[in-house]
Amino acid sequence: MTERVVIVGGGTGGTVLANDLADRLEPELDAGDVEVTLINDDPDHVYKPIWLYVPFGQREPADGRRALDELVDDAVDLRIDRVTEIDTDSRRLRFDGGGPSMAYDHLVLATGSTLEPDRVPGLAAGGHDYYSESGATALREELLSFTEGELVLSVVGTPHMCPAAPLEFVFMADDWFRERGLREDVDITYTYPIQRVHGNPHIAEWARPIMEERDINVETFFNAESVDPDAETVTSMEGTELDYGLLVTIPPHGGVDLIEAAGLGDDGWVDVDKHTLEAEAAENVYALGDTADTGVPNAGSVAHYQAGVVGRRLASEVRGRPATATYDGKTLCFVETGTDAASFVEFDYETPPSPAPPSEKLHWSKLAYNESYWLTARGLL
Amino acid sequence: MTDIEPQETVDARGAACPGPLMDLIGAIRSAESGDVVRLLSDNDQSLTDVPEWAEEAGNELLAVEERDDHNAFYVEKA
Repeated sequence: MTERVVIVGGGTGGTVLANDLADRLEPELDAGDVEVTLINDDPDHVYKPIWLYVPFGQREPADGRRALDELVDDAVDLRIDRVTEIDTDSRRLRFDGGGPSMAYDHLVLATGSTLEPDRVPGLAAGGHDYYSESGATALREELLSFTEGELVLSVVGTPHMCPAAPLEFVFMADDWFRERGLREDVDITYTYPIQRVHGNPHIAEWARPIMEERDINVETFFNAESVDPDAETVTSMEGTELDYGLLVTIPPHGGVDLIEAAGLGDDGWVDVDKHTLEAEAAENVYALGDTADTGVPNAGSVAHYQAGVVGRRLASEVRGRPATATYDGKTLCFVETGTDAASFVEFDYETPPSPAPPSEKLHWSKLAYNESYWLTARGLL
Repeated sequence: MTDIEPQETVDARGAACPGPLMDLIGAIRSAESGDVVRLLSDNDQSLTDVPEWAEEAGNELLAVEERDDHNAFYVEKA
């Protein structure tokens, strides 16, 4: 009997996993003993890190899009559809618009993050973002006409995708305005929800002095409660009100609704064993990337490494062997510190990050990886 | 043991820093004024994070209960 592996979500985690399985399970796929299906609600795969560069005119949103059917191995069944229900008792998925349900033997959820700006009154109308194609494009237009005043970057909720990106944005904005001779007319303020400038204390300790050197104002313990687009103010739960000329936010994030409806976890994040990535509330279900509530950053590198772990575990299970591969929390990030320098961090569950001194070489490494990412998506790098 | 009856309990045991504090902030965000949120955390950093934030935000930390393997923080929304 054919065993069916179904992956929901064609972002970094889902796509890398599909290609990993196509390679790892090639004999079983050729023999018809295994089927691998990747389901995504968009025919394109989107590489979101490109969006950081769009507001500064350095990249176009199209640079981060490629057709999934060009990236995914032909041995994988690609289905463009939206899953609307997961039934872990009968091991079936149901789809938008009805039609027959799909049975699975092994399910992997890689549905990722969605933006939820409406959770903060006024945020959608008053704030800009670079966490979506449309947001990044609109912000580019705003930045081009913003020549003086208060630029406020506010991290509204965590967890959010790419925890380094808020720091990167203000560092890049600082350089960008300096290069254009406008920095003296533009104040930059960075707000963060807790008492330091980043969730990870080691990265916060590293970033804070750089912000001081670069004359970037900092407001900590700032949890935006409401935005008044007419008065151009943002007010925090802690009672601080900031004026802005241009408000850039990291909107609240959530997962997809069907995960909570399936009883797999709250807010769209699947409760998992943080080493095996197995769902705690159902058997034969894995989650990876943002979807897996492991406490590590929501980052592409995490999804990439977790996909390798899940691929090895699934191969063991399909072959009737005990699964031994585990995820150790490995995370890797390049962190732009301007328009021509970057740092680099690597850490895991046991080892804290120690950011590398910023250099032009690391900046070019980051840009080079952005190009070679497509090899990662194909499962080659 | 305290006899405070919370309107909501947030179980952040197992979450790495700053997860527990962010979970508490999220619960307070959607709570009504006067509601009490109980946060369960086994992260030692919460012992400093939670009182600091509660004071900053003007919410009252009513009690901290030490349990075998975690702490329970009772925070009343102002």
